[in-house]
Amino acid sequence: MPTIYIDNKPYEVKAGKNLLEACLAQGVDIPYFCWHPSLGSVGACRQCAVKLFKDENDTQGRLVMSCLEGVRDGLRLSVNDKMAKAFREQIIEWLMTNHPHDCPVCDEGGSCHLQDMTVMTGHDYRHYDFKKRTYRNQYLGPLIHHEMNRCIQCYRCVRYYKDYAGGEDLNVFAANNKVYFGREKDGVLESPFSGNLAEVCPTGVFTDKTLKEHYTRKWDLTMAPSVCQHCSVGCNTIAGERYGELRVILNRYNGEVNGYFLCDRGRFGYEFVNDENRVKQPVIRNRTSEAVTEPELTTYLQTAMYNSKLIGIGSPRAAVETNFALQQLVGPGNFYKGISEDEAYLTNKVVRILETGTVHSASLKDIEQSDAVLILGEDIWNTAPMMALAVRQSVKKTAYSHAAEQSKLPIWHDAAIQEFVQEEKGFLANITVAGSPLDGIAAYTAYGAPDNLARLGFAIAHELNTSLPVVSNVDDDLINKAKSIAAVLLKAKKPVIVSGISCYSEGVIEAAFNIAASLNTAERKAAICYALPACNSMGLGMMNAPSFDHAVTRLQREQDMTVVIVENDLYRDISSSVLDTFFSKAANIIVLDSLHNRTTEKANVLIPAATFAEGDGTMVNYEGRAQRFFQVFMPANPFIRESWKWLKEMNLYKTQGSNGHNQPPEELLEKLESTSHQFEGISKVTPPHDFTIHGERIPREPHRYSGRTAMLANLNVSEPKPMQDNDSPLSFTMEGFKGIQPSIAIPFFWSPGWNSVQSVTKYQEEPGGHLRGGDPGVKLFHDRQGSEPSFFKGMPESFAERPEKWLVLPQYHVLGSGELSIYTKALEELTPSPSVSLSQQDANRLNVQNGDMLQVNADAKKYLLAVTINKNLCNGVVLVSAGLGEVEGMSWGSWVKVSRCE
Amino acid sequence: MERPLTKNINQAQPLNLKEYEAVGGYAAVRKVIQGMTPQEVQKVVQDSTLKGRGGAGFNTGMKWSFVPMGPDARHPKYLIANADEMEPGTFKDRLLLEGNPHQLIEGMILSAYAIQADISYIFLRWAYRKAAQLLRKCFAEAYEAGYLGKNILGSGWSLEMYLHTGVGRYICGEETALLNALEGKRATPRAKPPFPQVSGLFGKPTIVNNVETFCCIPHILNNGVEWFKGLSKSEDGGTKIYGVSGKVKRPGAWELPMGVTMRELLEEHAGGMLDGYQFRGALPGGASTDFLTADHLDVKMDFKSVAAAGSRLGTGTMVVLDDATCPVGFVHNLQHFFAQESCGWCTPCREGLPWVEKILLRMEQGRGKTGDIELLEMHSKMLGPGNTFCALAPGAVEPLQSALKYFREDFERHIIEGKCPYHSATEAPKRFSKSMVV
Amino acid sequence: MLSETEIHAIDHEVSLVPYKKAAVIEALKIVQQERGWVSDESVEAIADYLEISAAEVDSVATFYNLIFRRPVGRHVILLCDSISCYVMGYQTLYEALQQQLNVKFGETTADKNFTLLPNACLGCCDHAPALMIGEDLYRDVKVEELEGILKKYV
Ligand SMILES: Cc1cc2nc3c(=O)[nH]c(=O)nc-3n(C[C@H](O)[C@H](O)[C@H](O)COP(=O)(O)O)c2cc1C
Ligand code: SF4
Ligand code: FES
Repeated sequence: MPTIYIDNKPYEVKAGKNLLEACLAQGVDIPYFCWHPSLGSVGACRQCAVKLFKDENDTQGRLVMSCLEGVRDGLRLSVNDKMAKAFREQIIEWLMTNHPHDCPVCDEGGSCHLQDMTVMTGHDYRHYDFKKRTYRNQYLGPLIHHEMNRCIQCYRCVRYYKDYAGGEDLNVFAANNKVYFGREKDGVLESPFSGNLAEVCPTGVFTDKTLKEHYTRKWDLTMAPSVCQHCSVGCNTIAGERYGELRVILNRYNGEVNGYFLCDRGRFGYEFVNDENRVKQPVIRNRTSEAVTEPELTTYLQTAMYNSKLIGIGSPRAAVETNFALQQLVGPGNFYKGISEDEAYLTNKVVRILETGTVHSASLKDIEQSDAVLILGEDIWNTAPMMALAVRQSVKKTAYSHAAEQSKLPIWHDAAIQEFVQEEKGFLANITVAGSPLDGIAAYTAYGAPDNLARLGFAIAHELNTSLPVVSNVDDDLINKAKSIAAVLLKAKKPVIVSGISCYSEGVIEAAFNIAASLNTAERKAAICYALPACNSMGLGMMNAPSFDHAVTRLQREQDMTVVIVENDLYRDISSSVLDTFFSKAANIIVLDSLHNRTTEKANVLIPAATFAEGDGTMVNYEGRAQRFFQVFMPANPFIRESWKWLKEMNLYKTQGSNGHNQPPEELLEKLESTSHQFEGISKVTPPHDFTIHGERIPREPHRYSGRTAMLANLNVSEPKPMQDNDSPLSFTMEGFKGIQPSIAIPFFWSPGWNSVQSVTKYQEEPGGHLRGGDPGVKLFHDRQGSEPSFFKGMPESFAERPEKWLVLPQYHVLGSGELSIYTKALEELTPSPSVSLSQQDANRLNVQNGDMLQVNADAKKYLLAVTINKNLCNGVVLVSAGLGEVEGMSWGSWVKVSRCE
Repeated sequence: MERPLTKNINQAQPLNLKEYEAVGGYAAVRKVIQGMTPQEVQKVVQDSTLKGRGGAGFNTGMKWSFVPMGPDARHPKYLIANADEMEPGTFKDRLLLEGNPHQLIEGMILSAYAIQADISYIFLRWAYRKAAQLLRKCFAEAYEAGYLGKNILGSGWSLEMYLHTGVGRYICGEETALLNALEGKRATPRAKPPFPQVSGLFGKPTIVNNVETFCCIPHILNNGVEWFKGLSKSEDGGTKIYGVSGKVKRPGAWELPMGVTMRELLEEHAGGMLDGYQFRGALPGGASTDFLTADHLDVKMDFKSVAAAGSRLGTGTMVVLDDATCPVGFVHNLQHFFAQESCGWCTPCREGLPWVEKILLRMEQGRGKTGDIELLEMHSKMLGPGNTFCALAPGAVEPLQSALKYFREDFERHIIEGKCPYHSATEAPKRFSKSMVV
Repeated sequence: MLSETEIHAIDHEVSLVPYKKAAVIEALKIVQQERGWVSDESVEAIADYLEISAAEVDSVATFYNLIFRRPVGRHVILLCDSISCYVMGYQTLYEALQQQLNVKFGETTADKNFTLLPNACLGCCDHAPALMIGEDLYRDVKVEELEGILKKYV
């Protein structure tokens, strides 16, 4: 470890870093703008200047940009040097010449990097007395608000949007003092990662437009660490509330998972919490008055639980606690997963593979750091967006490391490396049914029906490991492709294989494993991951329980059953023909959910459930990482409770017990661990509910939180007692522990002098590194290095078209396919209309063109859908927009009739 | 006195290939390609003490020596002639481009050989239309004669040469910004290191030299190191194309031994000041050099001497400030240029220069304020070398800081009198005289 | 839509560079040569042809002084406003041009014949003041000569 001298004090720092990173890691503050740990150094803003000295005898020194200067043993620098300080102060003065003094009406105010840096440099008197430059703002769509006058030209937005996230429609225009950051014309930002602009921009140029609708300053939010509910990646978020309304979702740094960023579905898809469509009241249907009081409901449930034969239907979007509580209530033999047999089967397959631990289960960080990625069969751009962003980083970083080796340039020197790299890219083979936006950066792309993709996968596996079966009846083209992909993978040191279940092919899952396991040797650490459909698909999948299809047969066999369904709109996954019969067979239907949907309509008893914002819970992401989301606020409506709490209550009625009303969630998890060893460790995801630091709890509110005494004065002039949180170590106040919170329970990032999100650096071991105390989450799958993988030997026949029939597969849409996210008006607006995609030849055969209507007959239902011709799609396969509009659950992967409508 | 670079200059009708060969043109190409190794060429050029004529004055042979050579070197390697000449007050490359384009092409071929380049470009500013036409014609001739293209003179070495005409931006002259422009990008400068010699155009090893620099090469290789050094009156070898513009009798450009004095330039070659005008000072080498004054007239115009006098030789083309021209207006004009041509990448230049321009404008318009001079001084200090991303802004403040030094009373009078002492709307321009100072 | 000639010329430029998008400045010049200026539609057409986004093309186009993103007159007058021409009185030329053409810098005459633009040093400092009309260079320009010069372009 090199020693550097900062203002004559020695510090041991990590080699290979720049001075700015090194100083920040040591807790020495240097202001900066253009640098960002994920974007590297470019030296544009000149804010991070320090004095560098040749040796101890050099008293003059020279000004350098700390972000452009590498760490060297014995290096001497001064942050406090007079000239350096004066220059840094001057930089702010320059930036402020054109920056409006509109902090009071600026959304960034109070969490503004520019404000922080201004205070840090000490600039407080302006000499500039000319007119400020003004710009016209652009309409950038419903998610991001644009206010160009506030721009300080740090170039971070384009560097993030274009270089990091691969977006093409945001850029910098003009030159000199007139540079402009925006789109070529007004219009919706096209990247599904656009929301990060709000956090990347150090001022208020790009801000969250949905927050604007119910604006609250950061310091006035009640916040809690949360986990995104919208896909299986499980990005860490901070959710903020005021006046009983969820107001914002911010990134919560997790070095292993989402790093600094979120996708737009995750960031903006929170409004369902505030929606009109919430289930607010318990309802018992088919009575004169449907709404019920608490005592009525209790009486009803007591009888219902005590007397009935119960079966439970779990949910991939409900927390582990909830699914487990339901299983406890109905008994293990009566609990069903609430997903189709196919989905359950494939998820189970993934669970079994990862459980063996023969191949490491890849985190997003693992993907980013891999030097070759193979995607087999999954359109992760749409099913697991942040995974796609991670793949992009791998492709970029591999080229960067290669360039760094060749040129001896430091890897953080983005400006230099980029010129050296030019168009060179790392390796990505993107093998999907019909292509994805990642194709643009892929070295190899291949398209085809799932069976054929699986066969290509098996062919690659065979090239890597000749003891694996040969793929029979294949053309040379496929073999050559497999050979060349295998050759690159063999050269990699950390290859990652990415797959998933959305093409409903067992072969794809197995082939992906065979490839990964073949690559995995003592020298080459391969990793694998499978994207799953929902935020807790993995947590549900790990439970030993049959699929929903078994519940259907059960009801066919047995009468008088009371069905308890939690947080699951079955119609999204199962066809209505099946469901309608199922419901007609049930004697009683009890549904717990947060929003009204087609399933809740079927309920005889409907019980309001808390959303993630109103409750605690644990979810397991695609990699097997158990993560806790914490209650953000206590809803005013007393009926809104976590499902697991309702279910535990109901369990007490059933057993006629009375103990355990107020059990904290960890006890439920401990019980789960003791009954199912695969969940071992899950109760350790967070500290227990009674955890304190120096006797203090962790406040959900920043110490500047305002209005506590006045907020509710219209209702009652005496200040209410703060809500009591019995489930977690967090408190609903601004009092309590003031330091850096433990990494698993960070409700907001703040540190003295660092009000903006940049304060996250203070929570990290080093900028962009792990959080101090470890990145949150407990991994439930454990690597078993060296254990013999059991390879899959069987493989599908190659895909054969069928006359008059098409194989139907889901087309997911990053914005739109999510069940909950579309309750955000802005996202609803961006949702495409449902369509059916088919190959050009199939379109010709059916005599249709883009935009024409086709009739798709699936599961005894007819859909009229607009045609999208997809040139990558093979003949005989159609893709139908999943979860959009009227499209409900269908037997994906089955054969359907498609016909032209006249 | 020998004038190798300009002796065959013909503005009306530049030499065609045959004529150029007849006066010894392309002899160096034959000699070198058939008889010298690239390393030998590099050595000769380095020994000749030729310093770059683009402004920075770095030893040319030394610059080339950083290009990776040998079988492991990455290819294609590029060689680029910087013909973006846009530094206000500079017009020397135009002379060479329009007067004898084959000389430049020959110099480039030789230099390309020295670094074993595969592709060469002339980055020409758009406004030089005539030069563009001529170069295209000369390219064709040189290709035809086998001096360019595949397997040049049977040596097995090949070189392509292209013309790129710029679309206007002073910063394109900065060599790394130029590379970005050639790559079809915004011409913002690149970080150095890596230097273009290692990672230049399209990430490949690249040499960028000024037109005049290249024009010296054939003569050095023809006549040898000692001859080249002997041309000069100073320790930097060769001749230099000097120029003078402003209110002088015979503005123009002349090839003279490196190291003639400012006085000689001004009085002998430019014929002295126009009648009725007095010399007050001059930018010795283009807009981004510090003023020198009458006290410096005997300074030798070579890199070291001009630097010792507190300025830079720059491009060697001098802009004269006379006693009827307001120094504040003069500097304002320069700052207007620099502020407008800032690429907008780094804060000090992008935000600082427009501020400077605004202050100067209001002074010139009689609205100067107490404190303005201090603000200008602050800017000249804060925009110095190393503080900005490239050398544009440090260059921009050179005339400013020296004007503040030498013409301070003019700045003060603007503020005190609340008007420009040189001209007002109704009166004819005034002259500077000591009595103007209160 | 790009014309045959434009496509042909752009193809040639593309063939000289390692990847398509590196030819974007050349493409802009080609289109401007043909059409006098670069419209939004042209930006999009170039973007399509080079397989980059319109934003990318425009980012480059707007950086440079001599790519015209607004319509210009048949003849563009570039009047040097840099230091030597300043000393030699380009302002008087500018005033004369304003009077004769009734336009300021950045404007186009009513008959769309001339657009008047300031230009940084034209490299004619020894023959200041200087200006260009289209591709023609005029040096040592006297106010009295202006009318005659402009006549040639009517
Ligand atoms: C703002 C700026 C503008 C420049 N313009 C030119 C130019 O127009 N022509 C030129 O030859 N060099 C110019 N230079 C210098 C080049 O960066 C580079 O040093 C030069 O082309 C190298 O050639 P030489 O070594 O032969 O002098 C400029 C430098 C800066 C910082
Ligand atoms: S000093 Fe900075 S802003 Fe100015 S031209 Fe150079 S890089 Fe661009
Ligand atoms: S952070 Fe170092 S120059 Fe911007």
